Amino acid sequence: MSETVYLSVFIAVAAVATFATRIIPFLFFERHTEHPLIKHLGRFLPAAVMALLATVFLQRSGDWAATVPGADAILAGALVVIIHLWRRNALLSIATGTAAYMLIRQTDILEIGFAG
Amino acid sequence: MNSLVFRLTLPILFGYLPLGMAFGVLFTTQLDYAWWAAPLMGVVVYAGAGQILAVSLLAASAGLLEVFVAMFVLNARHLFYGLSLLRQFRGAGWRKLYLIFGLTDETYSLLTSRQRSHDSIHERNVDFRITAFNQVYWVIGCTLGALLGRNVAFDSTGIEFALVALFIVLTIEQLKALGDAFPVWAGAAAAGIAMILLPPAHQLIGAIAIVTAVLLLQYRTVRATNAENESHV
Repeated sequence: MSETVYLSVFIAVAAVATFATRIIPFLFFERHTEHPLIKHLGRFLPAAVMALLATVFLQRSGDWAATVPGADAILAGALVVIIHLWRRNALLSIATGTAAYMLIRQTDILEIGFAG
Repeated sequence: MNSLVFRLTLPILFGYLPLGMAFGVLFTTQLDYAWWAAPLMGVVVYAGAGQILAVSLLAASAGLLEVFVAMFVLNARHLFYGLSLLRQFRGAGWRKLYLIFGLTDETYSLLTSRQRSHDSIHERNVDFRITAFNQVYWVIGCTLGALLGRNVAFDSTGIEFALVALFIVLTIEQLKALGDAFPVWAGAAAAGIAMILLPPAHQLIGAIAIVTAVLLLQYRTVRATNAENESHV
């Protein structure tokens, strides 16, 4: 198999596998949208998944080998929560939290603060 | 409508540009394939973690069956996303296939969290544009990364936190809309358990499987309690 053919087939296989995970529920559960179990999942699953994604990605963005483990992610994350509960403006909360995280990451301001 | 969609998707722009660029840079620096294969994958595969995994599979010249299994397992969390969108996507016509194709973590988050009016035709149109805008951001990121390769100048370290911040904001919004904290605590706890027990590649699907099982148990308990109350009346 030539390189170009391999790459083309590779991309096609990757695309089909990814699309399969997205379309399967629509193929097999379409007729059961009024089922109370599907309604229950539809109502509660988004909140659960959001909390789960926030938790996993917050953990992954933290530096757990720092003087105070994970302080970079936890401080920035807490700032997002506080600003959002205060003003309830999604863009403001996200921009403030991200700017704080970038400042912490790029300047090592926490390490200097805790060590000094 | 486009300015509304742009405002809604702005956090995703900040997340997808650097993440797409990271993929593009990785693709051109790790592999010898033509640069345009990177944006092509952004167009036809459209999966963040999946495409980054694809780079290592390409580097190893992995077998096609292995590629299929690896991509399917990594993206298996999407199986659960469709379940909560079955009714919302109903009647979307030709747009439905694209809405399903574009169901990434971030698009799912926006589509299930945003405020909706009763005008369902208008709302489906907004859903469609959100999905399309997000993919455009992703493909631009992949293209920039692939073209810049090793010469990235702007220090954007940490900008990917925008996605974490977005998930936090959406969790708060879901909590307020639902008025019930149980799924939020269950989701966070499931994530904690999965992160302790599983390697990073399987944590998301593991956590989603755990929390789905918890919600199923909750459903059974609620049904049992309701049946009992009815029998007392």
